[in-house]
Amino acid sequence: MIFKRNVFLASAAVIAAALLTSSLAAESTGAKVADFKLANGLELVVIPDRRAPVVTHMIWYKVGAADETPGKSGLAHFLEHLMFKGTAKHPTGLFSRVVARIGGQENAFTSNDYTGYFQRVPSEQLKTVMEFEADRMTGLQLTDAVVLPERNVILEEQNQRVANNPRARLGEQIDAALFLNHPYGKPVIGWRHEMEQLSRDDAIGFYRRFYGPNDAVVVIAGDVEPQAALKLAEQTYGKIARNKNIVASRKRPIEPTPVSPRSLSLADARVEQPMLQRVYLVPSFNTARAGNLPGQSAALEVLANILGSGNSSRLYRALVVDKPVAVSAGAGYDSNALDMSKFGVYGIPREGVTLPQFEAEIDGVIQQVIDKGVSDEELVRTKSRLIADAIYAQDNQASMARWYGAALMAGASVDDVRGWPERIRAVTAVQVQDAARQWLDKRRSVTGYLIKDTSPPAEKRS
Amino acid sequence: MTRISAALVFATLALLAFAPGASAMTIEKIVSPAGIEAWLVQEKAIPLVTLNYAFHGGSSQDEPDKAGAAQLAADLLDEGAGDIDGKTFHQRLENRAIELHFRVGHDAFRGSLRTLSEHREEAFDLLRLALSAPRFDAEAVEMVRGQELSGLRRDTTNPNDLASRRWWQTAFPDHPYGRQSKGTLETMARVTVADMRDYVRRVFARNELTVSIVGDVDAKTAGELIDRVFASLPAKNDLKPVANVSPRGLGRRIVIDVNVPQAVVTFGGQGIARSDPEFMAAYIVNHILGGGSFSSRLYKEVREKRGLAYGVSDSLVWLKNAAVVLGGTATRADRTGDALAIIEAETKRMAENGPTPEELAAAKSFLKGSYALTLDSSGKIAAQLTQIQLDNLGIDYIQRRGAMIDAVTIADAKRVAKRLYGGGMLVTVAGQPKGVTSSGE
Repeated sequence: MIFKRNVFLASAAVIAAALLTSSLAAESTGAKVADFKLANGLELVVIPDRRAPVVTHMIWYKVGAADETPGKSGLAHFLEHLMFKGTAKHPTGLFSRVVARIGGQENAFTSNDYTGYFQRVPSEQLKTVMEFEADRMTGLQLTDAVVLPERNVILEEQNQRVANNPRARLGEQIDAALFLNHPYGKPVIGWRHEMEQLSRDDAIGFYRRFYGPNDAVVVIAGDVEPQAALKLAEQTYGKIARNKNIVASRKRPIEPTPVSPRSLSLADARVEQPMLQRVYLVPSFNTARAGNLPGQSAALEVLANILGSGNSSRLYRALVVDKPVAVSAGAGYDSNALDMSKFGVYGIPREGVTLPQFEAEIDGVIQQVIDKGVSDEELVRTKSRLIADAIYAQDNQASMARWYGAALMAGASVDDVRGWPERIRAVTAVQVQDAARQWLDKRRSVTGYLIKDTSPPAEKRS
Repeated sequence: MTRISAALVFATLALLAFAPGASAMTIEKIVSPAGIEAWLVQEKAIPLVTLNYAFHGGSSQDEPDKAGAAQLAADLLDEGAGDIDGKTFHQRLENRAIELHFRVGHDAFRGSLRTLSEHREEAFDLLRLALSAPRFDAEAVEMVRGQELSGLRRDTTNPNDLASRRWWQTAFPDHPYGRQSKGTLETMARVTVADMRDYVRRVFARNELTVSIVGDVDAKTAGELIDRVFASLPAKNDLKPVANVSPRGLGRRIVIDVNVPQAVVTFGGQGIARSDPEFMAAYIVNHILGGGSFSSRLYKEVREKRGLAYGVSDSLVWLKNAAVVLGGTATRADRTGDALAIIEAETKRMAENGPTPEELAAAKSFLKGSYALTLDSSGKIAAQLTQIQLDNLGIDYIQRRGAMIDAVTIADAKRVAKRLYGGGMLVTVAGQPKGVTSSGE
């Protein structure tokens, strides 16, 4: 159940509305985000939205695939699946049955930096799901009878997401080549040969080491008052003792300064449409701040949008509309990573355009931003778009919960999220150009080609 | 002359409140000054407006050798309209963060618009242009056609698409439902500007239009905005008739050879019309067999107990002229036969014995409780209101739905289970499943 969605916006919807113009009814949203800390270290974020009688309850643990011991890739995600297998108090399947009976939805997700679980339920059932969720924070019980079939499930998930999908296979290879030292180079789903060996003891060991109130953030969005949510949190999560195994600082191996452009190609017989994907190693919000590079993350967000988001972006306009050498082209940046993040550029060439020709065209567009910068019109349009997105986000309580949760897992605070529109607003054209010059340096990048494998099929192995 | 005169008739015909909990949602039926009916939910908490609308007549209106015409037309609506070229059109949308989406299904064309309230006039003006005066400039047509063809080329080796496409082709040969809305490489290449103009002319009309509008807008303004978009469209559409049809090939299994590690399976059979009195019973029974939750029988048997797949589910698909029950899974090549055997056995067991009373009670409880989750944002509410209108369920459906679910008895459930799953299934498999071969006919 990985849904490793690229959240390009760490939006602080609430404040965005207030800042945009006075004509917008920001105050009436009532979405005053509240932030509490329980005595056992658990953080609670409440995002009120009283429009419909439902709540989204999420728990986020500050542990993800990048925290796995080498050789155990896929373990964080495997544990996520196994968290549905019951506790001493609640046998396998009871939690899911209760959620279903009250008309709720549930799921879970794993990323490099976090693992999360959520339920969306009628608001009067909030306490019920909090009790169950608190129970499985420490009460998980696993036997091989449930663990082994579930290992087959994650192997099928790997087949479905990656093995059956040439683009995903290319993405895995690019990440592995980009991160020379950091565990972000491993796939969140895991390497197949390691997934096949994951055991019950691996999962329980990981659980005991990383799950506890002192590295969890509960985000509740929807039809609830902050004080009422706090009371419920104290009655449920508040009763759990700190986990002493949890280490407050999350130090992973640090990437060396990249010195060499890397390129690779992945050949797959199923490729009917070649494509190019390039990823640069760039700061996240968290590492930019730690490295005393204020504004860099916001500048990269604006840059990614000007360069490659929408039909008026530089890449799309130049390569799809004006020239035209491409079927599609775009760019993206994720500010949410505890350690270094990625800035991606991708595209599909038109028939008759080779990938090297296409790459040269992309390089030309990027070089133009580096040399000449961006226009005021582009800057204004992009900022309006980003800040409007923050208002649109308010329309969906689950999106709000995800945005706050994902940002908090990546080293940001609630105040940082609130300050996001201000940071976007403060970005100047010069900063965007500087960010392009500094970070879109090919030495920091891996360029991947997806091509058709035309070699005859190998002898059948069996 | 001003576009809209305040003196024109403006009536609020109905007010219905839906209030299962703390908050209430009121659906108003409004009629615009030009006489267009719409459902409105006012929601002032967030400064945005969402519009959802649908015209009857989707890709089923395409000529067989031009399949994809409606789809290509929809893709091109924001690539230039009136005296605005494509680049300018996109720029005007993006400058104000206005979102327009167009989607073509078999039976209907659906669109949505989202805007900050302060930009709503610009947003509705741009939508009017897109629907009433699309340009279909030659360069834009070739650009967008290239994008569609690129996707279709990718589909030719994509197991998900291969399995699904073959299922529909086999179930509905020589019928529009047997063709995908996106067409094929051959038919998409043939679509002309005249075909697209013909589609737009025949479909975008006021008589079979449903409109839902949600957000920071009052009834009077909503009526004016609706007219801004739709009032200038022709009064009547000109649709080609589509024949009623039942799925064929039940009992057949077709394997499509493609070299992937995991076989992708599509399975399904005769479904049930939305207007059928037993629809709700069928919906509940199907939820128990293979609905999306973690508690369905298929999920338990295929995934949880045996780990044969990451996902398995099935659902009711109701079209205007046909109804099917359709499911899918993806499973490793050496166990595909096992997964298929379990799906067939579970389907048969449901047909023969129906659900247990406990399962029925749990499913009812889920389906009642979860409905509020489909109505917790403006975008979702607008989409739901459009669906209710397309399905002719009535403006009070949301209020009646709970009682309709409660009314389903275990005898109803058993009867409908037999009807739904007793007729056999058509199965398509894309991949290299071990020991599984094509069979039947």
